[in-house]
Amino acid sequence: MNLLDFARGPALKVAIAVFCLGITWRIVAFALLRIRRDMNRPRASVLKFLGGGLLTVGSRSWPHREFIGRTGAGEALGYSYHIGLFALVLLFTPHILFLGSLFGVTWPGLPSSLITVISVLTLTLFLAVLFRRVTNPVMRMLSNFDDYFSWFITMLVMVTGLAATAHFGARYETLLAIHILSVDALLVWFPFGKLMHAFYIFPSRALNGALLARKGATS
Amino acid sequence: MSDRTGVLAANLASAEARTPEARVAGAMSGFAQEIGALSAFRLESCIHCGICADACHFYIATEDPQYTPIWKVEPFKQAYKREASAFAPLYRLLGLKREVKADQLVQWQHLLFDSCNMCGRCSLICPMGIDVAALIEQARHAMFDAGLAPKELYEKAAHQKVTGQPEVSAEPYRDQLLAIGARFAVEIPLDKPDVDVMLCVPRTDIEHYPSAVASLARVMHHLGVSCTFRSDALVAENYGYYAGGKEWQREISRRLIDQAVACKAKILLVPECGHAYAALRWEAADLYGKPLPFKVLQVTEFLADELQAGRLRLGAAVTGATTFQDPCESVRKGGVSEAPRALMKAMGVDLHEMKNHGGFSFCCGGGGGVLDIERAAPLRYRTMENKLREIDDTGAKTFLTSCSDCRRTFDDAQAHFTWNKTPQSLLELVAANLIGAAGPA
Repeated sequence: MNLLDFARGPALKVAIAVFCLGITWRIVAFALLRIRRDMNRPRASVLKFLGGGLLTVGSRSWPHREFIGRTGAGEALGYSYHIGLFALVLLFTPHILFLGSLFGVTWPGLPSSLITVISVLTLTLFLAVLFRRVTNPVMRMLSNFDDYFSWFITMLVMVTGLAATAHFGARYETLLAIHILSVDALLVWFPFGKLMHAFYIFPSRALNGALLARKGATS
Repeated sequence: MSDRTGVLAANLASAEARTPEARVAGAMSGFAQEIGALSAFRLESCIHCGICADACHFYIATEDPQYTPIWKVEPFKQAYKREASAFAPLYRLLGLKREVKADQLVQWQHLLFDSCNMCGRCSLICPMGIDVAALIEQARHAMFDAGLAPKELYEKAAHQKVTGQPEVSAEPYRDQLLAIGARFAVEIPLDKPDVDVMLCVPRTDIEHYPSAVASLARVMHHLGVSCTFRSDALVAENYGYYAGGKEWQREISRRLIDQAVACKAKILLVPECGHAYAALRWEAADLYGKPLPFKVLQVTEFLADELQAGRLRLGAAVTGATTFQDPCESVRKGGVSEAPRALMKAMGVDLHEMKNHGGFSFCCGGGGGVLDIERAAPLRYRTMENKLREIDDTGAKTFLTSCSDCRRTFDDAQAHFTWNKTPQSLLELVAANLIGAAGPA
């Protein structure tokens, strides 16, 4: 078994298993904690309660008018690299073929030249995000190993992917194996750190928004 | 009274006698007991973006990162990860999350009490949707259990738990209430057995704004509502809520609930006091253990309902350009945002909104018990500067609010900054502009 076979064979299987089990455990662990019933009479109907949750899922995607001057640029930076990441993961033809082999569905990809441009832009944004994290006093204070390691491992996947696409520094098979191994590593790390926010973001907005709507509070 | 004083002294002495280790154990056990699935989910969802800092007036005024709202619960996040999270055994085994130390909690007292109004503005900005203010309230509970509630809040809560009022008064509040009725020539309904509405008052109003108390009685009399104050539960405030003493908060709320049940009230009317509304409307039933057998309404929403039903008629108020301070607890967190505006509109008030108003208003700076904490005053004044600017920028001559704590905070600012505006009560404005004959008493 060569390195590439190992990376996309047993290593990937183990990584996917850890990913799935870890995520399941993170979610089940909440359910094992106490869930308290709110005895206070709601202000809103069930419909408004649910609607408030859904509305917050959308409304928190961008800062309220009152906050935009202070946070708009930071949030734009954050969303930009996320959009770049999604484009690279979901619209690069080799990725589509790989995902198709897993899920049986494929879709049209973007031209490789455009993907290269997106890669470079996303990498630049990723560096900007790190720069911001270490220079912004609030973010620096809040940051811990999880923040930096999650950044590092995501960056590693992007850099190795770019190197493989550009055939830079080694044989293509070796570069591809390294790229897949970095994806395996990301999948293993995923349930242990802040990358879990990918699974939390919409339920968190919906739940908190619904609870505020129950009171008729601002959300 | 001497028995009560003895109980109070024992309570205070037992808290002061705690060792640092006992404090930590108390705090962590309190937090672990209270952490439920919802709070755990909120703690886990934080992505350390720091955006919540940009909603907090303590951070905006100082640019000091320690005032970042989510940072205020950092030791509790640490404790949760170590004790109750999905990978807690791993964190402990590998020493990835250290135990919270006593000196760390002592340091956090400033962050959780002196520099947080529990105003909830931070809960509106989080891109993950986290209700940061709810986490801070839980952290306060743990701090209380650790014996680390600030002395002023702790002592007032202890006093209120035992005696029903947060501090010693020159005259019992019951007598003061009756004296206010005599002074303002308004009937004070007291200890009636079978009524529709039970009334209570902020002790701030009894001590500082007696005309607000008289206005409440006058409006209720005018509407002909069957109502009463109860000698055994006059005070609306709940210092247990401020101090973080959940059991004490329960007992203080219970006093009002029991009296409302005793007089068969259908409504417990919360006066102009933001946190009293939050404690009774949104927390009391949970502490009571079952839904309350009556409605809890804030006075402006009660009056707005009366207005809409045509039972309350108001004349034009001569106030000139006017602005309104939205109390965080009743407006942003409590949902009573339209009612005060409906009342002002009915009186033809020329309302000039502040730049940040309604649910997005900045706190007065005194909420969350901060006004009572003496050492917090310099920081509080610093954060208030932005608020006073926003008020001045409206060009308003009249400045209204519907919270006696906001009012007291601005009165204090007026003296401190030699500021030229005096906050006035919306309820008093309503009482001064009633039209039509008074209803049956």
